[in-house]
Amino acid sequence: MMSYSYLLTEYFPLVIFISIAGVIGLMLLVAPFVFSYRRPDTEKLSAYECGFDAFSDSRMKFDIRFYLVSILFIIFDLEVAFLFPWAAAFEDVGLFGFWSMILFLCILTVGFIYEWKKGALEWD
Amino acid sequence: MNLFSAFFYLFSTLTVASASMVVFSRNPVHSTLFLVLSFFNVAGLFVLLGAEFLAMTLILVYVGAVSVLFLFIVMMLDINFVKLNEGFMSYLPIGACVMGVLLIELFIAFGAWKGFPNAYNLLQAPIEEHLSNTEALGRVLYTRYVYHFQSAGLILLIAMIGAIVLTLRHKPGVLRQVVADQIARCPETSVEIRKVKSGQGI
Amino acid sequence: MSKVTLSDLLPLLPEIILIIGAILILMYGVFSSREKARLNEIAMGFSLALILLIFSMTILSWSSGSIESELFDGAFVLDMFSSFVKCLILFSSFFCLLMSVDLFKSEELSNFEYPVLILFSTAGMMMVVSSGNFISLYMGMEIQSLSLYILASIQRESLRSTEAGLKYFVLGALASGMSLYGISLIYGFTGSTNFSAISRLASEFHAPDEASLGLVFGLIFLLAGLAFKISAAPFHMWTPDVYMGAPTPVTFLFATASKITSIAVLIRLTMSVFPVMILQWQQILIFLSLCSMILGSFSAIGQNNIKRLVAYSSIGHAGFILLGLSAGSQAGLIGVLVYMSIYTFMALGIFSCILAMRRGGEAVESINTLSGIAKHEPMFAFLFATLLFSLAGIPPLLGFFAKFYVLLAAVGSHLYGLALVAVLSSVVSAFYYLRIVKIMYFDEANQESFDPISSIIHVILLISGGISLFGFAFPRPFMYIVKTVVLSFL
Repeated sequence: MMSYSYLLTEYFPLVIFISIAGVIGLMLLVAPFVFSYRRPDTEKLSAYECGFDAFSDSRMKFDIRFYLVSILFIIFDLEVAFLFPWAAAFEDVGLFGFWSMILFLCILTVGFIYEWKKGALEWD
Repeated sequence: MNLFSAFFYLFSTLTVASASMVVFSRNPVHSTLFLVLSFFNVAGLFVLLGAEFLAMTLILVYVGAVSVLFLFIVMMLDINFVKLNEGFMSYLPIGACVMGVLLIELFIAFGAWKGFPNAYNLLQAPIEEHLSNTEALGRVLYTRYVYHFQSAGLILLIAMIGAIVLTLRHKPGVLRQVVADQIARCPETSVEIRKVKSGQGI
Repeated sequence: MSKVTLSDLLPLLPEIILIIGAILILMYGVFSSREKARLNEIAMGFSLALILLIFSMTILSWSSGSIESELFDGAFVLDMFSSFVKCLILFSSFFCLLMSVDLFKSEELSNFEYPVLILFSTAGMMMVVSSGNFISLYMGMEIQSLSLYILASIQRESLRSTEAGLKYFVLGALASGMSLYGISLIYGFTGSTNFSAISRLASEFHAPDEASLGLVFGLIFLLAGLAFKISAAPFHMWTPDVYMGAPTPVTFLFATASKITSIAVLIRLTMSVFPVMILQWQQILIFLSLCSMILGSFSAIGQNNIKRLVAYSSIGHAGFILLGLSAGSQAGLIGVLVYMSIYTFMALGIFSCILAMRRGGEAVESINTLSGIAKHEPMFAFLFATLLFSLAGIPPLLGFFAKFYVLLAAVGSHLYGLALVAVLSSVVSAFYYLRIVKIMYFDEANQESFDPISSIIHVILLISGGISLFGFAFPRPFMYIVKTVVLSFL
């Protein structure tokens, strides 16, 4: 098995950070229940009397264009994820690694040109 | 090593718990949030395995993009979730049966865990001690695994084409601003001078 | 670190050309300012030419003999077997495109992306067939199925097509997940994703009586995922709906090329990667084959929609193919290859018959619309009947020989019970094939004739019907090829 000592040294600050964040978040959530001044009566608990009941559900048919944009975003997000190891190992991958990434980017640029010319990025 | 196992159990318990909450919570928005929690915990498990890059990618892509898309769909779309959940209880016994059988089978399988003796030594690209995870991945991904890498690019391209073919539709009769056309306009193309005789009009 | 030079990429050339061609068509499609119909014609023509080119390249590389090669540390393997299967795949995607020409003109399919996606899925299938490790297998599978999901729902205005696409996508993703889980188990237990390495390890460490349970589990999950793709019962649920909803040429692609691909993977896994685990996978294949044959023959009886009927019949045929494979012998492999090839020819004819069933400019799919059609369209009825007899396995026709070879293999491996069930289910399935013939010839013609059948469909029908009728007379060259392939594979 590998040695796990580096995990401890590298991620320990993160663990402390997350636990402090968690504790503070929980504290702020719990504190009002413990310390706040509470004296409920019927008027306070009833709904605010101005305004009106909702006419309909807040969910509705939504333009599919929103999803198209976010799906395209995810695809390019994934593409970027491939760039990180390439950048990190750039000195080792050599010319071949360089061109292999360029080819990858070319394939995706074809996709990008396609969606541009198709008008998927336009909002009419 | 003890701390390691403690974290392993923490992450895996939370993963299993939040994954089951994805299925069991009534409110679909809560389901999605539990999904995010389980992604986070799986990322923690990846870190424990030494797959740091994978962990960060999981957070970047799944938490940052995919689950946001899920939330978007769940919160905005016009789906009656009460109706969707109606069949849940009637299918529960069968589902529980299948799950139980699978679980027992898995226990049997892993009870008899017996990998090939040198399986660990055979791992195709063992990480060298001094390298960071991302760097080690980068060293092989673009050269040794170039075929798989380019196939991944192709899959992304097809996904793009599919998303556009299946969803894109243009409304007819929408007037667009075309900046190039606007700039290219000059007096010769857009202004016409005519002599108008008095009392006749054009 | 192994370097790859351009000349090393020669075995991969067909796939590369196919993909570059598809990308070029895509780019031409978005940049061209031609009107839509003309653009579609150009895209279609170019794709057909491309597939023909690749087909001839594959044949040529075969005949030149220099065929066994490995690329990328064994990720891509080119051998006789993969070339043979690639030829079948290219054959069916060529005819899929050819069948679509008329639909393409009649505005039912009007995206120039349609041929592009068919090219991509063909490239994916070719990559699957010659994959030499699990990662490239999975990547190829995804390329193939992602394109097929889109193709299934490409008529997005039609509710049925959308439903087909969605069902195929959700269940296909589930199948992919199962395969992936199996692959991860196999990797975990052997420490390698490479087929040849795994096969070596399995034969070294695997004692038949004391199976490595984890490996068996992995194999089972993988087989389940693949059974899904070849629509073997009990993983067949999606088949009728998807076959009915997808455009007919795409259904043809599902029934032939996509199935052939997964069966080729199945063959590679069972016969060449895990031959030592025959006791384990044979049970599973026998079970799948039994279920598919019985379900395929009995469920099709009640169907009234011709595409649903063909879907169930294809489940039954998948059962027969698995019957040959579960024999686990050389004879079985010959039977499977023969069956796949003959089924491709017959399915070609059946699907062009379905395409010919149009009335008033609309496709009709109910079997009752065929009643008495023999009076109006004697040629069509004759060819359709021939193909149906062939599918049923009536002796002098080609379909009989397909069944004959797998049955021979099953008996040779002492699977007598299974062979008996196969014969019985073949008898049952003959009932519904013959029912259509009866409707065509003996029912009263109360409806007007079909629309005039286009020349392309006519030609395809003639080819397929002719081969089914007279193929038995010239078995020797074909059998010689199949035997060479099998001998080189085992």
